Amino acid sequence: MPRLNKQRPVFFNLAEIQMPVGALTSITHRITGVLLFLGIPLCVYVLDLSLQGPAGYGQAAALLAYLPVKGAVIVLTWALAHHMLAGIRHLLSDIDIGAQLPASRRSAWIANIGGLAVALLAAGALL
Amino acid sequence: MKRKYTALRAWVVQRVSAVYMLLFIAFFLVHLTVDPPQHYEGWHTWITGSAMSVATAAFFAALLAHAWVGLRDVLMDYVHVVTVRVALLGLVGAGLAAAGLWVVHILWTRHV
Repeated sequence: MPRLNKQRPVFFNLAEIQMPVGALTSITHRITGVLLFLGIPLCVYVLDLSLQGPAGYGQAAALLAYLPVKGAVIVLTWALAHHMLAGIRHLLSDIDIGAQLPASRRSAWIANIGGLAVALLAAGALL
Repeated sequence: MKRKYTALRAWVVQRVSAVYMLLFIAFFLVHLTVDPPQHYEGWHTWITGSAMSVATAAFFAALLAHAWVGLRDVLMDYVHVVTVRVALLGLVGAGLAAAGLWVVHILWTRHV
């Protein structure tokens, strides 16, 4: 491996880096992926409770009605909506749909705004 | 043993699992909207029916594979200290395996 130039300039001021909308969609896709991973135990726990009989079903419903859990569900709904929209955008660009820059920018906006819109709907339904 | 095409395989796993989960989630949400189970009996009958429990098991299998490939990519990109990376990968793998066993246990024991 060639020796790297240790003096090369490094510019990591995140506040000053210009993020094009596609970059924002890309990093949000990663962040929402990690959030959804962290949400797996909650999801499996609620599934487990809900199938344990009428009492467990009631407990699962009560848990989902508890305000902090509602907050978590809204965040996870945003994460799922964004992750799915950005994922569909990925799958489409794999088959050359929307791979050109203008269409790609438009679909990046759709994923970012669509995710937030779904989260607002979920918040409206739950709160 | 030398492993070939692992990056290609991860790419395929990510896409196949994504498409299956999209279809499952769409079906799940449409069903919940059109015919929401009003009480425990309806919910239990729906989820533990043979077709639905197979579809649910396949959903979680896709989810765990998808999460593994995704988390592995993230850890390889951001965690450069090898021991920390291996430890975190082990933690993620153990967590996903535990979640998988939990789901198998749920679907198996509630099936009756």
